[in-house]
Amino acid sequence: MLNTEPNIAAPDDFYEALLALHQDLSPEQGRQVDARLILLLCNHIGDPAVLRQAMARAREGIVPAGHDATLAARA
Amino acid sequence: MHVDYRSLRFEYRRSPDQSAPQAARHAVVVVGAGPVGLATAIDLAQALEGSGRRVLLLDDDASLSNGSRAICFAKRTLEIFDRLGCGDAMVEKGVTWSRGRVFHREDPVYSFDLLPESGHRRPAFVNLQQYYVEGFLLDRARAMPGIEIRWGNKVAAVEPSEDGVGLTVETPDGAYRIVADYLVAADGARSPIRRALGLESKGRTFRDRFLIADVRMKADFPAERWFWFDPPFHPNQSVLLHSQPDGVWRIDFQLGWDADPVAERDPVRVIPRVRALLGKDADFELEWVSVYTFSCLRMERFRHGRVVFAGDAAHGVSPFGARGANSGVQDAENIAWKLALVLRGAAPDALLDSYDAERVAAADENILNSTRSTDFITPKSEASRAFRDAVLDLARDCAFARRLVNSGRLSLPSTYAASPLNTPDDEVFEGPMVPGAPALDAPLAGGDWLLRHLGGGFVLLHFGEAAPAPPATVPPLRVLAVTAAADAEGLAARRYDARPGTTYLIRPDQHVCARWRRFDPEAVRAALDRATGRGVEGA
Repeated sequence: MLNTEPNIAAPDDFYEALLALHQDLSPEQGRQVDARLILLLCNHIGDPAVLRQAMARAREGIVPAGHDATLAARA
Repeated sequence: MHVDYRSLRFEYRRSPDQSAPQAARHAVVVVGAGPVGLATAIDLAQALEGSGRRVLLLDDDASLSNGSRAICFAKRTLEIFDRLGCGDAMVEKGVTWSRGRVFHREDPVYSFDLLPESGHRRPAFVNLQQYYVEGFLLDRARAMPGIEIRWGNKVAAVEPSEDGVGLTVETPDGAYRIVADYLVAADGARSPIRRALGLESKGRTFRDRFLIADVRMKADFPAERWFWFDPPFHPNQSVLLHSQPDGVWRIDFQLGWDADPVAERDPVRVIPRVRALLGKDADFELEWVSVYTFSCLRMERFRHGRVVFAGDAAHGVSPFGARGANSGVQDAENIAWKLALVLRGAAPDALLDSYDAERVAAADENILNSTRSTDFITPKSEASRAFRDAVLDLARDCAFARRLVNSGRLSLPSTYAASPLNTPDDEVFEGPMVPGAPALDAPLAGGDWLLRHLGGGFVLLHFGEAAPAPPATVPPLRVLAVTAAADAEGLAARRYDARPGTTYLIRPDQHVCARWRRFDPEAVRAALDRATGRGVEGA
């Protein structure tokens, strides 16, 4: 079960560190750091049910405005 | 004896059917003499032996594959080739391998061994040009009186009806008609038969292009699958290097969607790409060059009355994973025994529905694996690119990330876990030999192998000293008794979680369909009925 109750002892310290992690990075570099961070944390959590809940919550309320680069195939 | 199978030309010969006053009737017609059609014809002919029924194989061409094309043949496919009587030729000629290595830029990031245990007759994979595979299958087919092959015979029209399939066949002498009880369409990705019936294969095309350059050279790379992401000799794209017999190497360069498919085939473009990998002084010649895109797609159903589709005609995947030809050969063995039993009157026509259920599920499994590999190799959005790069970066020092690196998950046979032909377990078993699983091999005393004794017909695999007499059934059962002395290393008992008395019912395609802790003739009869489409429930 995904824990959405407070779980971080010093929230302001954590948030500052999260922003410091991205300091002076270009958008591409920021995305690179985020991707690594997400992978590290997901592996640490491990529980697939928790990961799916977190993914669903993260996507909530976002209407897709882009599209993946695939094409329909018919033969 | 070395045969250049690419240079063989097969003569069209006029058949008496072409002068017959009425359309000649054939029990089963297979269309397409590629690996899937040839395997289907051989398997069918073996299963129909003694029934007086022959297999007619039609091909619109006069030669085998001219390029290397499919090169990786998996353990399970080799085991099928063993059953078809040509496994030794494939393995002797092929390059045996089991290890893959993945590099990011210049650094090794991940390696995998596809068969980390011993005690199997066949290796994880052999690499072998498709023309050899077709050639060895053809040698076998031509030695079988139960197969007639007609080259230069092109199916131009298909008329399915309740009691047969009418075919109009075009030849250099003009068209003629025949009627088939059943038709197996193994006529490739563009399947003219699929089109003639107004059917479609649907899915996704990936926005990427790849260049295959098969080169002939002397090289001391090991017989391993090497895959680079973003190597210095081909920046921002991937490259695959793989060994084939006769000193031929498969090099597969990712080019990107914007590459010009015609210009990229020009040796003037290809040779510098190869030199960048091999070094500027490398001595090689181009053997076969092809630029391709690919799609993951399948037909909604593989059985349409008396017409069944197999191989690329029924489904398509990306090449990363070697799941195309391998799964096609597995389609072949799935349909062959079922069709043979129906033709012999030993099983109802409904048995053929299980081909659809089992092989559609297998195609979905292959498409899923293939799509995942492609999503890794060819990122479809900025986010997927960022995660891909992050995985490769972390893989250098984080073990978990190495497991996420996906350069192709290589072909494994499907377990038909949801098949209506399975009898669910009543007792507790451990291990992978669940109903629906392809039987695992194991060494037997005297250099023998378990799989040599399974398949063909239904087999009762019995562990222990007192082998039971088989109950009289249609189709008949053979008993294979595995005694402690025969299973000297104990590997068969371990792989099948067997104790004295444990009994498995194995299908003609070597898949498990039922198992018990003790032999019970009534339970065996019921399981056989179910496995041949006569089960009271579900089938």
